[in-house]
Amino acid sequence: MTARKWDKVATTVLYLISIFIIFVLAFLLLYILISGLPHVSWHFITGRSSSFEAGGGIGVQLFNSIYLLVLAMIISVPLSLGAGIYLSEYAPKNWVTSLIRNAIEVLSSLPSVVVGLFGFLVFSINFKFGFSILSGALALTVFNLPLLTRKVEDSLQAIHYTQREAGYALGLSRWETVIHVVVPAALPGIITGMILGMGRIFGEAAALIYTAGQSSPPLDFSNWNPMYIASPLNPMRSAETLAVHIWKINSEGIIPDATQVSAASSAVLVLFVLLLNLAARYVGNRLYGRLTGVKERK
Amino acid sequence: MQNYDSSDRYLKNLDDGNREIALTTDDLHVAYGTHEAIHGVSLGFERFKITALIGASGSGKSTYLRSLNRMNDNIAGTKVTGKIMYRGLDINGDNIDVYEMRKHIGMVFQQPNPFAKSIYENITFALKRHGEKRKDVLDEAVERTLKQAGLWKQVKDDLHQSALALSGGQQQRLCIARAIAMKPDILLLDEPASVLDPVSTATVEDTLMELKKDYTIIIVTHNMQQAGRISDYTAFFHLGDALEYDETRKIFTRPKIKATEDYVSGHFG
Ligand SMILES: Nc1ncnc2c1ncn2[C@@H]1O[C@H](COP(=O)(O)OP(=O)(O)OP(=O)(O)O)[C@@H](O)[C@H]1O
Ligand SMILES: [Mg+2]
Repeated sequence: MTARKWDKVATTVLYLISIFIIFVLAFLLLYILISGLPHVSWHFITGRSSSFEAGGGIGVQLFNSIYLLVLAMIISVPLSLGAGIYLSEYAPKNWVTSLIRNAIEVLSSLPSVVVGLFGFLVFSINFKFGFSILSGALALTVFNLPLLTRKVEDSLQAIHYTQREAGYALGLSRWETVIHVVVPAALPGIITGMILGMGRIFGEAAALIYTAGQSSPPLDFSNWNPMYIASPLNPMRSAETLAVHIWKINSEGIIPDATQVSAASSAVLVLFVLLLNLAARYVGNRLYGRLTGVKERK
Repeated sequence: MQNYDSSDRYLKNLDDGNREIALTTDDLHVAYGTHEAIHGVSLGFERFKITALIGASGSGKSTYLRSLNRMNDNIAGTKVTGKIMYRGLDINGDNIDVYEMRKHIGMVFQQPNPFAKSIYENITFALKRHGEKRKDVLDEAVERTLKQAGLWKQVKDDLHQSALALSGGQQQRLCIARAIAMKPDILLLDEPASVLDPVSTATVEDTLMELKKDYTIIIVTHNMQQAGRISDYTAFFHLGDALEYDETRKIFTRPKIKATEDYVSGHFG
């Protein structure tokens, strides 16, 4: 009887805690959307930002954010997959690998300002990449790689050892078993990690201020040759992202509509992360279906 | 536990020229680190027969069975010494292509371990990896092996559902189907029926009786009735040694060793 009573009490408490958390999150989300969305228009999303007058847009910033996100993911996804697979499936259990694991642990909790300053010193100054998309993408990789690697390793480790044995017992090599059995089974976890990483990158400001820079040069949206100096795709140009833009207009903005622009930018940012999330899940499920041969996911 | 004299043994030598031998182990030792779990076991397994390995928990049945297709290779610190002769080849040697060998010596584990794939993929996946691309051959393999494993009727309408959605017993039969799809020479089974209900167990036993026309089967079991029902030979393991090896009929009616007699009659320990 008491056990049952305690069970009820515990359930209620947990229930209330969950409600509270959901409430806080919903409040935050609604607050951002309600205060921002009224100021969002097609003109705002695609227009150029202005430095002094009201009525500027965030077109370039949004493009920069997406471009940096894509570049950073192109660099960090293969690296984190390789490192995670190695650590989980191949690395011998000795002090070297445990040192690497600890290093990854520490790196993944590094404050992004520190990553930004590191990127500034190494990529912008030392490698002479300056304030550029390349420096920014590399800084974001440093920021994101440890977490992605850990997530990949954890997802693979969560796949039971007997799955691997099943592969070996059918005459498959270790590599075949890893690639065709373990990784597909771990895919949902890996995808979740990638989505979290994308959200982190998209909303990141501190790591970019001193690497990708706080402004963009005039861009010629009719020439997409990455070698062309004013091309939007030129990786050596500086780029202010949406998150940096929000930070900037809030700290030193002199446009009269700074509050509205920052609220609207925040709303766009949040919406975009949500969209990314849904898209990545959709792609992930399709991929999972293809790799596992299961037609519908139950 | 009562102490039995482990030098008191009776191991029937099947390799007397009167029958075909599929596999023999010669003075096989297995050690996990410094702990030796198998102390030199020499047994020969007759082709197209079912041999049961019985013995108390921890006696080394799984360890012995798993060394026959070198599954212990994957456990760090495990050392297997002695010879395992298969078709005139010592497959415990260094220069053996272990992956190729495992196509000939398949295994079903105690815990069902289907892949996180569809039923169809579970059976065809390894075949495809080994180069079989023809759809009709793959389809035929799926139907044949599922029928042999007694699962066809239950799943034939939805072969593309996830194998993880099956019950434990169904998963185990799928694992058996998957193993025989490789058409191995020898099939090793480690207590395959421990997760099965009596009906599924009976199906699997029928399957094994059927399969022994084409396969040599070595099965670990805790179930004395099962060993008695399906096996032709039985080896009794005790503390890392095979103490008695003989025709099943004799093991269960007139065992020559005291430990075996106590074990099969339930007076062990
Ligand atoms: N991976 C391992 N590492 C270290 N020791 C092990 C390992 N697997 C088994 N052993 C030891 O080897 C001995 C034999 O174990 P084994 O699993 O072969 O017994 P078994 O006869 O299959 O028992 P059961 O009937 O419970 O399955 C035991 O002492 C066990 O503790
Ligand atoms: Mg066992």
